[in-house]
Amino acid sequence: MNTTRTRASLVKSDLSNADLLKLLYFMRLTRECDIAIVRLYQQGKIVGGAYTGRGNEATAVGSAFALASNDYLFPMHRDLGAHLVKGQSLRAIFLQQLARQNSLTGGRDGTGHYADPALRIYGNVSHLAAMIPVAVGVALASRLRHEGAVVMNFIGDGGSNVGEFHEGLNMAAVMKLPFVLIVENNQYAYSTPVSKQFTAPCLAARAQGYGIPGVTVDGTDVLAVYEACRTAVDRARKGLGPTLVESVTMRMQGHSAADDAAYVPPTLLEEWKRKDPLEQFERHLIESGILDDGRRSSLGAEIVDAVEKAVEEAVAAPYPEGKEAEDGVFHP
Amino acid sequence: MALTTYIDAINQAMREEMRRDQSVFLLGEDIGAFGGAFKATRGLFEEFGEDRVIDTPLSEAAIVGAATGAALVGMRPVAEMQFADFVSCGFNQLVTNTAKIHYRWRLPVPLVVRLPSGGNIHGGPFHSANPEAWFSNVPGLKIVAAATPYDAKGLLKAAIRDDNPVLFLEYKSLYRRLKEDIPEKEFIVPLGKGTIRRPGKDMVVFTYGPTVSTAVDAAERISKEEGNETCVVDLRSLAPLDHELIIQCVKETGKVLILHEATRTGGVGAEVAAFIAEMAFGYLDAPIVRVASLDTPVPLAPPLEEAFLPTVEKVVAALRQLGRF
Repeated sequence: MNTTRTRASLVKSDLSNADLLKLLYFMRLTRECDIAIVRLYQQGKIVGGAYTGRGNEATAVGSAFALASNDYLFPMHRDLGAHLVKGQSLRAIFLQQLARQNSLTGGRDGTGHYADPALRIYGNVSHLAAMIPVAVGVALASRLRHEGAVVMNFIGDGGSNVGEFHEGLNMAAVMKLPFVLIVENNQYAYSTPVSKQFTAPCLAARAQGYGIPGVTVDGTDVLAVYEACRTAVDRARKGLGPTLVESVTMRMQGHSAADDAAYVPPTLLEEWKRKDPLEQFERHLIESGILDDGRRSSLGAEIVDAVEKAVEEAVAAPYPEGKEAEDGVFHP
Repeated sequence: MALTTYIDAINQAMREEMRRDQSVFLLGEDIGAFGGAFKATRGLFEEFGEDRVIDTPLSEAAIVGAATGAALVGMRPVAEMQFADFVSCGFNQLVTNTAKIHYRWRLPVPLVVRLPSGGNIHGGPFHSANPEAWFSNVPGLKIVAAATPYDAKGLLKAAIRDDNPVLFLEYKSLYRRLKEDIPEKEFIVPLGKGTIRRPGKDMVVFTYGPTVSTAVDAAERISKEEGNETCVVDLRSLAPLDHELIIQCVKETGKVLILHEATRTGGVGAEVAAFIAEMAFGYLDAPIVRVASLDTPVPLAPPLEEAFLPTVEKVVAALRQLGRF
């Protein structure tokens, strides 16, 4: 997958210059957050696991950018960029990562496992593909209530082999639900390369089994991702049913912050580093005169500051108290 | 009052709740025009249409998961598992998602899963499950068991109105066998409360579902043969248990027999027994006794299933021994 984005195709997209700069902003913000999360984990300030989406920024940001404010987002653990595009605050993200009392889960869960109904973000659980049927159910509710809202859900190359992927997507297809599934094919599921995960020629090929469109895009190209998702979201909103978008990238870091991923051949990482989504997009924006060096460095400084501030606040925030542990199993 | 079968009571509960609240809808296999494998949803598709009585593909994980999703955004789905046995295919959804959402997200999940349960219908190993113990120690799921037509209607209505996930155990062996007069006026049976089916001061049987009538029959025979009066308590609610009622009845009798059709080891009866031993030990005049199905998969051939099930003879024998302790 080595598409080169030309000036012409930049102009062709329906996005304004302001939109293009927003895409860059969100990708850079995502990366800066990831860096902070790894640092916090190494400092022992994050309990449990820490997951990054290094290399996945264009997929997470480009896809969510295609959503309207009343659409629902069901992201996965490498889609922090999607949370940010949907409007989540850095403050909420870091309180949640650090399991603080004032996090969106009251410290009961970590990473991205939270729900924010106001933003229509419903985070994942650790059982991969388990959220697919739930997301499909939200799409069902949207159809039954004539909301016109689309549900965008994510899964990985590994998770796409779980039974609930099949059951959920099949149900969405047969009921023509407003559902878009982004399959993030990042070459590895923990230590297992895709060659040991499936024999399908590509993951978009599975769409044929459900009678729905399947499209493969260069997941390092934020505009390619955006365009494919925009088409899928529009199709879903029109009542034409789900689409499977396979976004091909590389998992540039370990499965979690605790994994050094020594099993990944260094040459593979070198190859994908050359396609870094941020460098790629920045280069094109500079070449087309939309971004200058001054704006580039001021953007960087703003982002570092904002993330630092959110990290400081979260680190200083209290944990929940032990006496709260038994509350809230049931709704009163 | 109208004489109503157990299955018609279930049908009425769904019909009334769907008329009352537009957000209530049904999903499951063959429940639409076909009316359901047991005809529990007969007539509902005709009245409410395909958007409120939804025929799904054969995909229990998708059914339970989609119901969870719809509940998460404010609808009130009632999902039918064709047989309780098949809830195992949706197990991951229930224990990973459904049960854990409120504790982590403080969002209500007003979902009901109807589970046609139980044996004694020549169902064999895969159509006779009593699955409550698979779920009773998963915090976040409510579980109720209906022993009578009145309770079937009242508990199902209450379950639909509850803002939490409720597993509703209905019994295939009772569908057309049990009939009783139930009020035409609206009524609810609250979740979380058991009830006394037969008063008695000498012994108590804690039970639920189809073995409630087994216990009452056994109690009548013991009364005639031994002169002992056995209290029969229908627990109704397996999660949460009616702890207050359990302690009160132990206090009043001192001799406890726990009975259920589900298999013995690790069944809900084990939790009831442990609870009584912990919290009401001083009131006991005899060791706690359990009568339940054998610890085997449910066999098909009638002599095997008869040996498997907790028959009235087994309960009478146990009560006789308990009474004489």
